[in-house]
Amino acid sequence: MKYLIKSIIYLLFIAISASSLIAGELTIKGSTTVLPIAQKCAEAYMAANPDVKITLSGGGSGNGIKAIVDGTADIGNSSRFIKGKEIKLAQSKDIYPVPFRVALDCIAPVVNPSNKVSKLTMDQLKNIYLGNIKNWKEVGGKDAKIVVISRDSSSGTFEVWKKLVMNKERVMPGALTIPSNGAVVQAISKTPGAIGYIGLGYNSKDIKTVKINNVEPTEANTLNGTFPITRPMFMFTNNWPKGDTMGFIAFVLSKEGQKLVTEAGSIPIF
Amino acid sequence: MSQINKEKGVQFIFLGIALLSITMLFLIMLFLFMEGIPVFEHVSIKEFIFGDLWYPTDDEPAFGIFPLIIGSFSVASFSAILAIPLGIMTAIYIAEIADKRIAEIVKPVVELMASMPSVVIGFFGMIVVAPFLQKFFNIPVGLNLFNAGLMLAFMAIPTICSISEDALFSVPSALKEGSYALGATHLETIIKITIPAALSGISTGVILGLSRAIGETMVVLMVAGGAAIVPGSIFDPIRPMPSTIAAEMAEAPYHSEHYYALFAVAITLFIFTFIFNLAADYISYKYKQTEESY
Repeated sequence: MKYLIKSIIYLLFIAISASSLIAGELTIKGSTTVLPIAQKCAEAYMAANPDVKITLSGGGSGNGIKAIVDGTADIGNSSRFIKGKEIKLAQSKDIYPVPFRVALDCIAPVVNPSNKVSKLTMDQLKNIYLGNIKNWKEVGGKDAKIVVISRDSSSGTFEVWKKLVMNKERVMPGALTIPSNGAVVQAISKTPGAIGYIGLGYNSKDIKTVKINNVEPTEANTLNGTFPITRPMFMFTNNWPKGDTMGFIAFVLSKEGQKLVTEAGSIPIF
Repeated sequence: MSQINKEKGVQFIFLGIALLSITMLFLIMLFLFMEGIPVFEHVSIKEFIFGDLWYPTDDEPAFGIFPLIIGSFSVASFSAILAIPLGIMTAIYIAEIADKRIAEIVKPVVELMASMPSVVIGFFGMIVVAPFLQKFFNIPVGLNLFNAGLMLAFMAIPTICSISEDALFSVPSALKEGSYALGATHLETIIKITIPAALSGISTGVILGLSRAIGETMVVLMVAGGAAIVPGSIFDPIRPMPSTIAAEMAEAPYHSEHYYALFAVAITLFIFTFIFNLAADYISYKYKQTEESY
């Protein structure tokens, strides 16, 4: 009897390891901000390695890290670093999350091109979004009401804005909320008195970016760390990755993968 | 199989289909309540309905939907003010005044407006109407209550017009002829005879048109501005209930407070439209009684 159970377990073990070797499946979950990068890279990776099948889904950074801790995904995407609470939970389950920084994101304040104001301080920006500064003439512009445009509270871009610009204080309720980066560009290009913020990848000639503390939001200033509203994007794995997981991460961090990062609207890390 | 059995069989199938759709509707309603009620463990009903701050994702979230309710109602009433007179007067023109040839052109055109997808209307409001309003009224932003109300009226007019037109058209000519025989003019006949006789149909049209406006999501998501405030003027941005649900549901973690709160917003919307429809039914029933007494 003991021998039988042992052999069944042994057979099962072989079957499981064999199937994972043959199928070459990879599950990626997490942040919607990292999703476009993961998607572009997954498509290219699958085209180059036809025996690998990658399943992608969003769900937010918290869900990405949770999937690593629960073992329901091979790679967990996150637009923030892992929190202390999550590390403790992972340790209690004998999981050792490893972060890979795959890209950077820069969030640029933007205004209508007709606006004279071209630079603001972080403090002015915060007060505009708190509703304390209501007129452009208070920050060196012409006498016109500031139309504050924000994003929906569930957007990742809003989260970064709230953390880095608002210091977790609330954006005033009278701010317009617009559902996507693209729609923000659209609204600002049509509204002379508007201010908003977008991922740098969405910048276009219909709008104008604003310098913060005299630093222009550009790729170079994001990489050298002088522009204040930036964030790294991560892919987490359980332990040092092996096999296809390693292959995929290496691909994302390769020259080709980083080119796809640019195409996805983010800033490559090198 | 005998004729009677066949008849019974068909009857049974149709009963089944009718029951199926009712059951499905009931299950959707049940689901709505099951997913929405848990939010009241975190916030009292009074705070939820009358709270004026909506910050669902904060560390200490605020779930006050008063601005959202007011947003929905203000935009629906504004569109009603525009759409009801325009819709009914167009219907009167088509049914009573216009030449047959002109009516045959105008009617299909108005009905064509109803087939316009709401996302197209929303896009039109965002790209064309918003900049125009900014310039014309010299206001800071064109994405506001006025714009959204205008677009919703545009969507409600075809429904109001075509149902009212059918109602006016089916008023028996004997009634109108009687009026003329007593020496009433064309205008007097329309105002005093035709409209009262068709009132039940007209109010049905108004209600159907406005319920399309109050539940409409895409247009308000695109052109209402999305600020969760109680509007102080018709040029303030608003955030009606449907657009809040649409904008936030995708990112609300499953079974979180935020998720429950969005379903509770849906319950509120459901209750309001339900009361609205009930009242409408009552009104149309009441006028039907007077119509029969002719």
